[in-house]
Amino acid sequence: MSLLEIKKLTHRFAGLCAVSDFNFVIEPHELVGIIGPNGAGKTTVFNLITGVYRAGEGSIKLEGQELVGKTPHAITSLGIARTFQNIRLFRELSVLDNVRIAHYGRIRYSPAEALLHVGRFYAEEKRITNQSLDLLSIFKLDDSAGEKAKNLPYGLQRRLEIARALATQPKLLLLDEPAAGMNPNEINQMMEFIRWIRKTFSVTIILIEHQMRLVMGICERLAVLDFGATIATGLPSEIQNHPQVLEAYLGEEVVK
Amino acid sequence: MQKLFPAYSTLLSRWHTLAGNPFFWPVFMVAGLLFCVAASAFEILDLYLQLILIYVGINIILTVSLNLINGYMGEFSVGHAGFMAVGAYVASLITIHVFPQGAEAMLFPLAILAGGIGAALVGFMVAIPSFKTRGDYLAIVTLAFCMIVKSVLENIDAVGGPRGMLGMEKLTTLPWVFFWTALSVWVIRNLVYSNFGRGVLAIREDEIAGDLMSVNTRQVKIIAFVVSSFFAGIAGGLYAHALQFINPRMFDIIKSTDILIMVYLGGIASIAGSIIGAVVFTILLEILRPLGVWRMVFMPLMLVLLMIYRPRGIMGLMEARPFMPLRDLITEKIWRRKKKETGNVSS
Repeated sequence: MSLLEIKKLTHRFAGLCAVSDFNFVIEPHELVGIIGPNGAGKTTVFNLITGVYRAGEGSIKLEGQELVGKTPHAITSLGIARTFQNIRLFRELSVLDNVRIAHYGRIRYSPAEALLHVGRFYAEEKRITNQSLDLLSIFKLDDSAGEKAKNLPYGLQRRLEIARALATQPKLLLLDEPAAGMNPNEINQMMEFIRWIRKTFSVTIILIEHQMRLVMGICERLAVLDFGATIATGLPSEIQNHPQVLEAYLGEEVVK
Repeated sequence: MQKLFPAYSTLLSRWHTLAGNPFFWPVFMVAGLLFCVAASAFEILDLYLQLILIYVGINIILTVSLNLINGYMGEFSVGHAGFMAVGAYVASLITIHVFPQGAEAMLFPLAILAGGIGAALVGFMVAIPSFKTRGDYLAIVTLAFCMIVKSVLENIDAVGGPRGMLGMEKLTTLPWVFFWTALSVWVIRNLVYSNFGRGVLAIREDEIAGDLMSVNTRQVKIIAFVVSSFFAGIAGGLYAHALQFINPRMFDIIKSTDILIMVYLGGIASIAGSIIGAVVFTILLEILRPLGVWRMVFMPLMLVLLMIYRPRGIMGLMEARPFMPLRDLITEKIWRRKKKETGNVSS
C-alpha cells in the first residue's frame, strides 16, 4: 500500500485557487520534491496535508486513513511531521524542551498524574528526557541542550527543527525549504544530511525547495506546481527539460 | 555582581546546594506549618500581622494561578476576579446554609474545595472561547465574563444582591492559608514541569507549531483554565472567610487589575516571581498606608518604572532553583560540565 495518497486536492482562499486538482501518490521510503515558482501553492499543499488548513475538496490518505477534517495534532500523532519555511522553534524555551514538547502525543500519564507528580509520571518523564537527549546527541546538539533555542546559530536552528519533527516519530517527514539561505557548500552538506536522515530514521520525505541543485541532487521524483495547478510530475531528468516547467520558471518568450 | 561582592557568590552557591537538597522542601513545609499553627494558637504574632500574612497567602494563590494563563500560556486574562467571586460565593453559601452549626470549622476545607470546584466549572466554560480567540480578543472575552459574574451576583437576592453577604464565621486561619498556598504553588509547579505544562509554554511560543508537534492545544487550554480558575476559587473562599463579608463590587475589574499588577511585578512565567510579586505588593500596600490616597499613586508609578526598566518583571521567564525538578537540575549540571570540557562557555 502506498504511504500517502492525495487525490483531487483543491483549496481556495476566498476565490483565489491556491491548489487545484493536485494528485500525488508516495510510496514508503521515497524522497520526493515539490517545486514551483513563488506563490505556486507548495506550502499550501503542506498546510493541507498537516491539517493547518482544511481541504475544500479532495482526499488525503495516510496508509488508507483519511486525514481531511482531522486536527493538526491528530495528524501528527498518526505519523506526519514537518518543518517550516521560516524556522518556527519555541524560541524562549531550551533546546531540550523543544524536543520534549514533541513527545506530547505519546505521553502515557494523565493530567491528574502530572498535577500531583504521582504514578507513571516519573518513569515517563525520565523516558521522555532520555529519548530527547539521545536524539539531541545524534544531531550533535546535546552540547546546547540547556541553551535557549533563539540563541542557537541559524544552521543549528534548522537542525533542531528537524530533530524536533523527528521526535514525534513520523513515518512521513515534510521539509519546507530546508536549504533556504544556505551557500553551495552548506547545500551539499544538507543533501548528505537529508539522505542520512532518511536512512537512519527510515522515514519517507517530501521536500519543498527552490535550490535546484539540492532538488535535482537527491529527489527521486518531482511534482511541479504553478498557480496551484500541477504542470508536471516525473523524474528529475524529465522535469529539467519539460517545456511547461521551463515556461513557468523562465517565461514564455525565452522558451520560444 | 559576583566579582564585586564575593559574599554574594558564596551565598548563591550555598543557596544552590540547599536547593538541590531533597530535604529542603519537606523541612521548609513542616517548619512553616508549625510556625503558622503556633502563631495563631499562642498569638506569637498579633492579629494585624496575622491578617497581613493571610492576605499574602491569598494573593500568592491568585498570582500563581493567574500566571499560569498570563505568563506561561501568554494569554491575557482579566477575569480572574470573576473566578474568585464564584469561589467566594459558593464557599460562603455552603458554610452558612449547608453546614450544621458548630461543625463549620471542621468542614471548612470542604467548603473551600467546593468553591474551587465551582470556579473550575466556570473556568471550563471560559476555556471554550479561548480555542478560537487569542490576545486582545480573549482579554475582552474575560473582561465580559468578569462583568457578567458581577451583574449576575448583583441581581440574585438569595445572595444579598448588591448589598452582599454577611454571616460567615472567621474560619480562615493562618495554618489553613499556609496549607492552601503551599498546595496551589506545588500543583501549579508540578503542572508546569510536566509535558502538559510544556504544552502550555508551546502555546505561548507558537501555537500552530505546537499543534503540529502533536500538542493537543484544546486539551492544554482546558487544563490551564480549569486549574487556574480552581485556585482562584480557593483564594476567593479563603478571602470571604477572612473578611467575613463579601459583595459583588469587591470582585470587579479593579480586583483583577491588582492581581495583574502582582503577576507583572513579580515576573511572567515564574513561580518564584509570582510569590515575590504577591509578597512585595501586599506588604508595600500596608507599609504605605500612612500615605493615604497617595499610595494609589505610588503603586502605578512603580509599575510604570518597572515596565520601562524590567518589562518582564522581577523574575520574568526565570525560575528560582528550588522550584525546578531535581532531574532538570541534574541534566543542566551534565550539560554545563560537557560545555566546560568542549571549552565554549558562553553564559
